[in-house]
Amino acid sequence: MNTLIRFLPLILVLALGLVLYRGLSLDPKDIPSALIGKPMPEFSLTKLTDESQTITQDDLKGKISLLNVWGTWCVYCKYEHPYLVDIAKSGRVALYGLNYKDERIAANQWLKDYEDPYVFSIFDESGRLGVDLGVTAAPETFVIDLNGIIRMKHVGPIDARVWQAKFLPIIKMIEHEHQSDQTTGVNSDD
Amino acid sequence: MINLLFKTSIGFLFFYVVISTTVFASPVDTYAFNDAVTEKRFNELNKELRCPKCQNQNLADSNSPIAKDLRREVYELLHQGKADIEIMNYMVARYGDFVLYRPRVNSLTYVLWFGPAVLILIGVLVVVFIVRRKPIERKKVELSVDEKDKLTALLKDKDL
Repeated sequence: MNTLIRFLPLILVLALGLVLYRGLSLDPKDIPSALIGKPMPEFSLTKLTDESQTITQDDLKGKISLLNVWGTWCVYCKYEHPYLVDIAKSGRVALYGLNYKDERIAANQWLKDYEDPYVFSIFDESGRLGVDLGVTAAPETFVIDLNGIIRMKHVGPIDARVWQAKFLPIIKMIEHEHQSDQTTGVNSDD
Repeated sequence: MINLLFKTSIGFLFFYVVISTTVFASPVDTYAFNDAVTEKRFNELNKELRCPKCQNQNLADSNSPIAKDLRREVYELLHQGKADIEIMNYMVARYGDFVLYRPRVNSLTYVLWFGPAVLILIGVLVVVFIVRRKPIERKKVELSVDEKDKLTALLKDKDL
Protein backbone atom coordinates (compact mmCIF):
# COMPACT_ATOMS: atom_id res chain seq x y z
CA MET A 1 0.00 0.00 0.00
CA ASN A 2 2.74 2.34 1.00
CA THR A 3 4.78 1.69 -2.12
CA LEU A 4 1.69 2.28 -4.23
CA ILE A 5 1.25 5.74 -2.69
CA ARG A 6 4.89 6.42 -3.32
CA PHE A 7 4.47 5.69 -7.02
CA LEU A 8 1.12 7.44 -7.33
CA PRO A 9 2.55 10.80 -8.51
CA LEU A 10 4.61 9.03 -11.17
CA ILE A 11 1.55 7.11 -12.36
CA LEU A 12 -0.51 10.31 -12.46
CA VAL A 13 2.14 12.16 -14.44
CA LEU A 14 2.43 9.29 -16.92
CA ALA A 15 -1.37 9.18 -17.32
CA LEU A 16 -1.49 12.93 -17.91
CA GLY A 17 1.36 12.60 -20.42
CA LEU A 18 -0.57 9.92 -22.29
CA VAL A 19 -3.69 12.09 -22.46
CA LEU A 20 -1.73 15.08 -23.71
CA TYR A 21 0.20 12.93 -26.19
CA ARG A 22 -3.09 11.67 -27.59
CA GLY A 23 -4.21 15.29 -27.92
CA LEU A 24 -1.26 16.00 -30.19
CA SER A 25 -2.56 13.62 -32.84
CA LEU A 26 -6.16 14.83 -32.75
CA ASP A 27 -7.42 17.17 -35.43
CA PRO A 28 -9.28 20.09 -33.82
CA LYS A 29 -11.02 20.74 -37.13
CA ASP A 30 -12.62 17.31 -37.05
CA ILE A 31 -15.88 18.32 -35.41
CA PRO A 32 -18.44 15.56 -35.01
CA SER A 33 -21.60 16.40 -36.91
CA ALA A 34 -24.68 17.16 -34.86
CA LEU A 35 -26.86 15.63 -37.57
CA ILE A 36 -25.78 12.01 -37.43
CA GLY A 37 -28.85 9.84 -36.93
CA LYS A 38 -31.18 12.70 -37.81
CA PRO A 39 -33.29 12.94 -40.94
CA MET A 40 -32.17 15.04 -43.85
CA PRO A 41 -33.42 18.60 -43.18
CA GLU A 42 -36.41 19.77 -45.16
CA PHE A 43 -35.65 21.95 -48.11
CA SER A 44 -37.07 23.13 -51.38
CA LEU A 45 -34.48 24.33 -53.86
CA THR A 46 -34.02 24.29 -57.60
CA LYS A 47 -31.98 21.93 -59.68
CA LEU A 48 -28.65 23.41 -60.70
CA THR A 49 -29.12 22.56 -64.34
CA ASP A 50 -32.77 23.58 -64.48
CA GLU A 51 -34.20 26.56 -62.60
CA SER A 52 -37.76 25.42 -63.12
CA GLN A 53 -37.35 22.10 -61.35
CA THR A 54 -37.75 22.00 -57.58
CA ILE A 55 -36.04 19.40 -55.43
CA THR A 56 -36.99 18.42 -51.88
CA GLN A 57 -35.54 16.07 -49.28
CA ASP A 58 -37.86 13.31 -50.54
CA ASP A 59 -35.97 13.17 -53.83
CA LEU A 60 -32.95 11.76 -52.01
CA LYS A 61 -34.76 8.78 -50.51
CA GLY A 62 -34.92 5.21 -51.78
CA LYS A 63 -31.23 4.55 -52.29
CA ILE A 64 -28.09 4.86 -50.26
CA SER A 65 -27.12 8.39 -51.18
CA LEU A 66 -24.04 10.50 -50.95
CA LEU A 67 -24.65 14.23 -50.82
CA ASN A 68 -21.48 16.00 -51.87
CA VAL A 69 -21.14 19.70 -51.03
CA TRP A 70 -19.16 21.44 -53.77
CA GLY A 71 -18.52 24.77 -55.43
CA THR A 72 -16.47 26.11 -58.27
CA TRP A 73 -14.54 28.25 -55.76
CA CYS A 74 -13.43 25.16 -53.88
CA VAL A 75 -9.94 23.89 -54.67
CA TYR A 76 -10.24 20.45 -53.11
CA CYS A 77 -13.43 19.79 -55.06
CA LYS A 78 -11.27 19.51 -58.17
CA TYR A 79 -8.96 17.13 -56.35
CA GLU A 80 -11.76 14.76 -55.36
CA HIS A 81 -13.64 15.05 -58.64
CA PRO A 82 -12.10 11.99 -60.38
CA TYR A 83 -12.91 9.84 -57.35
CA LEU A 84 -16.49 11.07 -57.43
CA VAL A 85 -16.73 10.07 -61.10
CA ASP A 86 -15.52 6.58 -60.17
CA ILE A 87 -17.99 6.33 -57.31
CA ALA A 88 -20.85 7.42 -59.56
CA LYS A 89 -19.87 4.85 -62.19
CA SER A 90 -19.74 2.03 -59.64
CA GLY A 91 -23.50 2.47 -59.15
CA ARG A 92 -23.36 1.26 -55.58
CA VAL A 93 -24.68 4.55 -54.24
CA ALA A 94 -26.56 7.49 -55.71
CA LEU A 95 -24.33 10.53 -55.78
CA TYR A 96 -26.04 13.90 -55.42
CA GLY A 97 -24.39 17.30 -55.43
CA LEU A 98 -25.09 20.32 -53.27
CA ASN A 99 -23.78 23.29 -55.16
CA TYR A 100 -22.96 25.53 -52.22
CA LYS A 101 -22.70 29.33 -52.34
CA ASP A 102 -21.92 29.41 -56.01
CA GLU A 103 -23.08 30.98 -59.24
CA ARG A 104 -25.37 28.97 -61.46
CA ILE A 105 -23.64 29.77 -64.75
CA ALA A 106 -20.14 29.13 -63.41
CA ALA A 107 -21.23 25.88 -61.76
CA ASN A 108 -22.89 24.54 -64.91
CA GLN A 109 -19.80 25.44 -66.91
CA TRP A 110 -17.67 23.58 -64.34
CA LEU A 111 -19.75 20.45 -64.84
CA LYS A 112 -19.38 20.78 -68.61
CA ASP A 113 -15.62 21.35 -68.44
CA TYR A 114 -14.99 18.34 -66.23
CA GLU A 115 -17.58 15.61 -66.00
CA ASP A 116 -20.87 15.65 -64.17
CA PRO A 117 -20.80 12.74 -61.72
CA TYR A 118 -24.03 13.72 -59.98
CA VAL A 119 -27.54 12.37 -60.50
CA PHE A 120 -28.40 16.02 -60.00
CA SER A 121 -27.05 18.97 -58.06
CA ILE A 122 -29.12 21.08 -55.69
CA PHE A 123 -28.52 24.79 -56.15
CA ASP A 124 -28.01 26.43 -52.74
CA GLU A 125 -26.88 29.93 -53.58
CA SER A 126 -27.51 31.47 -50.16
CA GLY A 127 -25.99 28.58 -48.25
CA ARG A 128 -29.16 28.14 -46.22
CA LEU A 129 -29.44 24.40 -46.69
CA GLY A 130 -25.74 24.38 -45.91
CA VAL A 131 -26.48 25.95 -42.51
CA ASP A 132 -29.25 23.43 -41.86
CA LEU A 133 -26.75 20.66 -42.62
CA GLY A 134 -24.04 22.19 -40.43
CA VAL A 135 -21.78 22.68 -43.43
CA THR A 136 -18.73 24.83 -42.71
CA ALA A 137 -17.01 24.71 -46.08
CA ALA A 138 -16.62 22.53 -49.14
CA PRO A 139 -15.98 19.73 -49.84
CA GLU A 140 -18.10 17.84 -47.36
CA THR A 141 -19.94 14.62 -48.03
CA PHE A 142 -22.94 13.14 -46.23
CA VAL A 143 -23.99 9.49 -46.33
CA ILE A 144 -27.77 9.19 -46.22
CA ASP A 145 -29.54 5.86 -45.84
CA LEU A 146 -32.62 4.60 -47.64
CA ASN A 147 -34.96 6.26 -45.16
CA GLY A 148 -33.35 9.66 -45.53
CA ILE A 149 -31.41 9.48 -42.26
CA ILE A 150 -27.95 11.05 -42.23
CA ARG A 151 -25.50 8.36 -41.15
CA MET A 152 -22.09 9.89 -41.64
CA LYS A 153 -20.42 13.12 -42.60
CA HIS A 154 -16.95 13.49 -44.02
CA VAL A 155 -15.21 16.88 -44.00
CA GLY A 156 -12.57 17.31 -46.69
CA PRO A 157 -11.96 15.63 -50.02
CA ILE A 158 -12.68 12.00 -50.79
CA ASP A 159 -9.90 9.86 -52.20
CA ALA A 160 -9.25 6.13 -52.39
CA ARG A 161 -7.94 5.96 -48.83
CA VAL A 162 -10.82 7.90 -47.30
CA TRP A 163 -13.29 5.86 -49.33
CA GLN A 164 -11.87 2.59 -48.01
CA ALA A 165 -11.53 3.74 -44.43
CA LYS A 166 -14.63 5.84 -43.86
CA PHE A 167 -17.24 5.30 -46.53
CA LEU A 168 -17.16 1.60 -47.36
CA PRO A 169 -17.73 0.41 -43.75
CA ILE A 170 -20.84 2.57 -43.27
CA ILE A 171 -22.19 1.73 -46.74
CA LYS A 172 -21.73 -1.97 -46.06
CA MET A 173 -23.50 -1.53 -42.74
CA ILE A 174 -26.49 0.17 -44.35
CA GLU A 175 -26.65 -2.49 -47.09
CA HIS A 176 -26.60 -5.17 -44.43
CA GLU A 177 -29.36 -3.47 -42.42
CA HIS A 178 -31.47 -3.18 -45.53
CA GLN A 179 -31.04 -6.85 -46.36
CA SER A 180 -32.03 -7.95 -42.87
CA ASP A 181 -34.98 -5.54 -42.98
CA GLN A 182 -36.19 -7.21 -46.13
CA THR A 183 -35.76 -10.74 -44.83
CA THR A 184 -37.65 -9.96 -41.61
CA GLY A 185 -40.37 -8.35 -43.67
CA VAL A 186 -40.04 -4.86 -42.26
CA ASN A 187 -41.33 -2.37 -44.78
CA SER A 188 -38.70 0.28 -45.29
CA ASP A 189 -40.03 1.71 -48.51
CA ASP A 190 -42.06 4.48 -46.93
CA MET B 1 5.21 76.85 -41.50
CA ILE B 2 5.06 75.22 -38.11
CA ASN B 3 1.46 76.28 -37.86
CA LEU B 4 0.70 74.55 -41.17
CA LEU B 5 2.52 71.39 -40.06
CA PHE B 6 0.55 71.43 -36.84
CA LYS B 7 -2.71 71.82 -38.69
CA THR B 8 -1.99 69.01 -41.13
CA SER B 9 -0.91 66.64 -38.40
CA ILE B 10 -4.08 67.41 -36.44
CA GLY B 11 -5.96 66.82 -39.66
CA PHE B 12 -4.24 63.46 -40.15
CA LEU B 13 -4.87 62.51 -36.56
CA PHE B 14 -8.53 63.32 -36.90
CA PHE B 15 -8.72 61.46 -40.21
CA TYR B 16 -6.95 58.46 -38.75
CA VAL B 17 -9.09 58.27 -35.62
CA VAL B 18 -12.37 58.69 -37.44
CA ILE B 19 -11.55 56.40 -40.35
CA SER B 20 -9.97 53.69 -38.22
CA THR B 21 -12.89 53.53 -35.81
CA THR B 22 -15.46 53.39 -38.56
CA VAL B 23 -13.53 50.75 -40.47
CA PHE B 24 -12.39 48.50 -37.65
CA ALA B 25 -15.35 48.83 -35.33
CA SER B 26 -17.33 46.45 -37.49
CA PRO B 27 -15.51 44.01 -39.75
CA VAL B 28 -19.06 42.95 -40.24
CA ASP B 29 -21.94 43.54 -42.56
CA THR B 30 -24.34 46.27 -41.61
CA TYR B 31 -27.64 45.20 -40.17
CA ALA B 32 -30.41 47.59 -39.26
CA PHE B 33 -32.17 47.17 -35.95
CA ASN B 34 -35.46 48.57 -34.77
CA ASP B 35 -34.32 48.96 -31.21
CA ALA B 36 -31.13 49.05 -29.19
CA VAL B 37 -31.99 45.96 -27.16
CA THR B 38 -32.17 43.70 -30.21
CA GLU B 39 -28.90 45.13 -31.45
CA LYS B 40 -27.29 44.42 -28.10
CA ARG B 41 -28.63 40.86 -28.14
CA PHE B 42 -27.33 40.42 -31.69
CA ASN B 43 -23.86 41.51 -30.63
CA GLU B 44 -23.92 39.38 -27.49
CA LEU B 45 -24.98 36.27 -29.42
CA ASN B 46 -22.26 36.82 -32.00
CA LYS B 47 -19.73 36.92 -29.18
CA GLU B 48 -21.07 33.74 -27.56
CA LEU B 49 -21.18 31.72 -30.77
CA ARG B 50 -18.02 30.27 -32.20
CA CYS B 51 -17.27 30.31 -35.89
CA PRO B 52 -17.28 26.59 -36.81
CA LYS B 53 -14.62 27.00 -39.48
CA CYS B 54 -12.17 29.28 -37.68
CA GLN B 55 -12.36 27.94 -34.19
CA ASN B 56 -10.44 30.60 -32.35
CA GLN B 57 -12.83 33.33 -33.39
CA ASN B 58 -16.41 34.08 -32.55
CA LEU B 59 -18.98 35.06 -35.13
CA ALA B 60 -18.44 38.75 -34.48
CA ASP B 61 -14.70 38.51 -35.12
CA SER B 62 -14.65 36.36 -38.18
CA ASN B 63 -14.98 37.42 -41.75
CA SER B 64 -15.18 33.91 -43.18
CA PRO B 65 -18.20 33.19 -45.38
CA ILE B 66 -19.69 30.75 -42.89
CA ALA B 67 -19.51 33.30 -40.06
CA LYS B 68 -21.23 35.79 -42.32
CA ASP B 69 -23.99 33.28 -43.07
CA LEU B 70 -24.45 32.49 -39.41
CA ARG B 71 -24.64 36.19 -38.49
CA ARG B 72 -27.39 36.48 -41.06
CA GLU B 73 -29.17 33.52 -39.46
CA VAL B 74 -28.86 35.12 -36.01
CA TYR B 75 -30.21 38.38 -37.37
CA GLU B 76 -33.18 36.71 -39.03
CA LEU B 77 -33.98 34.56 -36.02
CA LEU B 78 -33.96 37.66 -33.83
CA HIS B 79 -36.37 39.31 -36.21
CA GLN B 80 -38.64 36.29 -36.04
CA GLY B 81 -38.85 37.00 -32.31
CA LYS B 82 -36.82 33.99 -31.20
CA ALA B 83 -35.36 33.98 -27.68
CA ASP B 84 -31.60 33.82 -27.14
CA ILE B 85 -31.81 30.25 -25.90
CA GLU B 86 -33.81 29.23 -28.97
CA ILE B 87 -31.15 30.74 -31.23
CA MET B 88 -28.43 28.92 -29.29
CA ASN B 89 -30.35 25.65 -29.62
CA TYR B 90 -30.82 26.28 -33.33
CA MET B 91 -27.07 26.58 -33.78
CA VAL B 92 -26.26 23.60 -31.56
CA ALA B 93 -28.72 21.43 -33.52
CA ARG B 94 -26.73 22.19 -36.67
CA TYR B 95 -23.15 22.65 -35.56
CA GLY B 96 -23.04 20.75 -32.28
CA ASP B 97 -21.77 21.90 -28.90
CA PHE B 98 -18.63 23.21 -30.56
CA VAL B 99 -20.49 26.28 -31.68
CA LEU B 100 -20.81 27.46 -28.08
CA TYR B 101 -17.89 29.21 -26.48
CA ARG B 102 -19.22 28.24 -23.07
CA PRO B 103 -19.94 24.52 -23.41
CA ARG B 104 -23.06 23.23 -21.72
CA VAL B 105 -22.82 21.02 -18.68
CA ASN B 106 -23.48 17.43 -19.74
CA SER B 107 -21.90 14.02 -19.28
CA LEU B 108 -19.30 14.83 -21.96
CA THR B 109 -18.22 18.09 -20.35
CA TYR B 110 -18.24 17.08 -16.67
CA VAL B 111 -14.46 16.68 -16.72
CA LEU B 112 -14.10 20.09 -18.32
CA TRP B 113 -16.36 21.85 -15.85
CA PHE B 114 -15.53 20.03 -12.61
CA GLY B 115 -12.05 18.65 -13.35
CA PRO B 116 -10.15 21.72 -12.09
CA ALA B 117 -12.20 21.91 -8.88
CA VAL B 118 -11.65 18.19 -8.25
CA LEU B 119 -7.91 18.58 -8.82
CA ILE B 120 -7.74 21.50 -6.36
CA LEU B 121 -9.69 19.46 -3.84
CA ILE B 122 -7.26 16.56 -4.21
CA GLY B 123 -4.35 18.98 -3.76
CA VAL B 124 -5.88 20.44 -0.59
CA LEU B 125 -6.54 16.94 0.79
CA VAL B 126 -2.93 15.91 0.13
CA VAL B 127 -1.61 19.02 1.89
CA VAL B 128 -3.94 18.49 4.85
CA PHE B 129 -2.92 14.84 5.03
CA ILE B 130 0.77 15.66 5.04
CA VAL B 131 0.49 18.52 7.55
CA ARG B 132 -1.66 16.64 10.01
CA ARG B 133 0.32 13.43 9.89
CA LYS B 134 1.87 12.81 13.31
CA PRO B 135 5.61 13.25 13.35
CA ILE B 136 7.49 9.97 13.44
CA GLU B 137 8.02 9.03 17.06
CA ARG B 138 11.60 8.58 17.98
CA LYS B 139 12.57 5.98 20.53
CA LYS B 140 13.92 7.59 23.64
CA VAL B 141 17.30 6.17 24.37
CA GLU B 142 17.90 5.58 28.02
CA LEU B 143 21.31 4.57 29.18
CA SER B 144 21.68 1.90 31.75
CA VAL B 145 23.70 2.54 34.91
CA ASP B 146 26.68 0.63 33.53
CA GLU B 147 26.62 2.61 30.33
CA LYS B 148 26.45 5.86 32.23
CA ASP B 149 29.50 4.93 34.19
CA LYS B 150 31.32 3.99 31.01
CA LEU B 151 30.36 7.27 29.46
CA THR B 152 31.63 9.36 32.33
CA ALA B 153 34.81 7.30 32.35
CA LEU B 154 35.29 7.93 28.64
CA LEU B 155 34.62 11.61 29.01
CA LYS B 156 37.11 11.81 31.79
CA ASP B 157 39.69 10.03 29.62
CA LYS B 158 39.13 12.57 26.91
CA ASP B 159 39.75 15.39 29.32
CA LEU B 160 43.11 14.00 30.16
